[in-house]
Amino acid sequence: MPIIEVKDVVGGYGGAPILNGVNIAIEQSDIGVIVGPNGAGKSTTLKAIFGLLKITGGSVVFDGEEITNALPDRLVPRGLSFVPQEKNVFTTMSVEENLEMGAFIRRDDISGTLEEIYTMFPVLKEKRRQPAGELSGGQRQMVAMGRALMSKPKLLMLDEPSAGLSPRYVLEIFEHIVTVNKAGVGILMVEQNARQALAFASRGFVLAQGKNRFTGTGPELIADPEVAKSFLGG
Amino acid sequence: MDELVFFINRGVISGLITGCVYALGGVGITLIFGTMRFAHFAHGDMMTMGAFISFLIAGALSAMGVVLPIPLAFAIMPISMALTAVAALGIERSFYAPLRDRGAKPVTMLIASIGVTLMIQGLIRLIFGSGTRDFFGGTEVKEIFRIPTTMFGGTRPIVLTEPQVLMFIATAIAVIGVHLFLSRSRLGKAMRAMADNADLAQVSGINTKMVITVTWLLGGALASMAGTMLSLDVNLRPDLAFNIILPIVAAAVVGGLGSAYGAIVGGLLIGFTEALAVFNWTAVLRPLQPYLPFDLPANLAVVPTEYKITVAFVILVVTLLVRPTGIFKGAST
Repeated sequence: MPIIEVKDVVGGYGGAPILNGVNIAIEQSDIGVIVGPNGAGKSTTLKAIFGLLKITGGSVVFDGEEITNALPDRLVPRGLSFVPQEKNVFTTMSVEENLEMGAFIRRDDISGTLEEIYTMFPVLKEKRRQPAGELSGGQRQMVAMGRALMSKPKLLMLDEPSAGLSPRYVLEIFEHIVTVNKAGVGILMVEQNARQALAFASRGFVLAQGKNRFTGTGPELIADPEVAKSFLGG
Repeated sequence: MDELVFFINRGVISGLITGCVYALGGVGITLIFGTMRFAHFAHGDMMTMGAFISFLIAGALSAMGVVLPIPLAFAIMPISMALTAVAALGIERSFYAPLRDRGAKPVTMLIASIGVTLMIQGLIRLIFGSGTRDFFGGTEVKEIFRIPTTMFGGTRPIVLTEPQVLMFIATAIAVIGVHLFLSRSRLGKAMRAMADNADLAQVSGINTKMVITVTWLLGGALASMAGTMLSLDVNLRPDLAFNIILPIVAAAVVGGLGSAYGAIVGGLLIGFTEALAVFNWTAVLRPLQPYLPFDLPANLAVVPTEYKITVAFVILVVTLLVRPTGIFKGAST
């Protein structure tokens, strides 16, 4: 059974719909990557799943339960986490406080999860008392991912985790994403670095004008001459 | 030495008192702005409301013949704080929350809070009349401490009233309490998170409705405390704190909107500056008269007392020019 199933979703910010029938289905073991040109509705899809904009048609089923238009305070406890593209850390709060906020919905002891995050990102342990706003772009992205992982999600959604990072950090972040996935967390992410991201994607979705254009495994999509020509720059 | 005593009495103590009131009011304004992004104009009147609630309870106890070693209003302040907190939440639920749920803009919220201002003041006038009242009109006496300075060669004592001393202690406790709440507790951290980035707080699954509720309870309790102490120090009028809402807002902005520490620092800064601006420096400079080429005027103050309110604005304008996000780099958007 897929961990998430997005069926013919239509939605937008109130005006003309941006999503005109998006379909996505991935397993918890998958890394799903959504690619496509600017304005295709990639980020909008993630926001729609997370209840940040109105879905007017279709449905979203997460972990066997319908969650269409459910709000984050219901989704996070159910095991869905989201890392927005921008402004994704609490800049005035320390690294550790950022992580604690990710665990706000938990009432049990979080010290174990905190240690896991520090093991994954040792640099964060070093800087745990420092305000997150003082960190570099790559380190902030680690804080953002760490925060989202603190709620022990089944599925982690990332909106362009590599945006604005230097090539060295892009690779590092992708490696971390694979590690998280191996630990049993499903990944659904949007990426501009399409070719690089599809290379490790077990499910790839090419979106254009708010609709699916191609769906397949990452390597399949890269190998498809039409996808390569239209969406991956030849 | 007497000049120094005069300076302490008229400058330092006066500045500290004003600063304490501004700080407690400012923390409420800044937290409300931080979590809900609107300037709560009615906060001053919440302070006045708290003062009248204290007055009512203290008056009732006094009529029953209760006498305590400290002013009754101080003893019952926790009750008044709790009641004002509930009233603040009631105002939020009946007026602000419905507007916010319909997507009201910050300016609409500001105007709504001006409406609440008029409503609270009207209600107070309706119930208590528009006259001035004093906590110490009846059986209670305002105790005055005179600390002799003879051992330092002074002839005049440092004068402190009992409410002033209690006010310093209470403010210190409140500030430490707010600090511990914001830095240690889960809800306090969530409040800071919401002030920092409300969207991300929502995405993290933080129960933003609960944070807003707690913000009003805390803001209301601190407002009652500030109002009660202010009215103990001077007297009680329906426009008690309405007259100082502008310096209180200035304190929150100067400190950095959304930052509780900023509001405390901003409040004390504005309080002290006001006191020093209206302070008569002649009294301190008089020993130097023989060395000065001109005669000291009878009153040498930076601004006349009646223009005291301008001091807050000068500080506000300078802060906005030099450091627009405030001392503690608050969320000014």
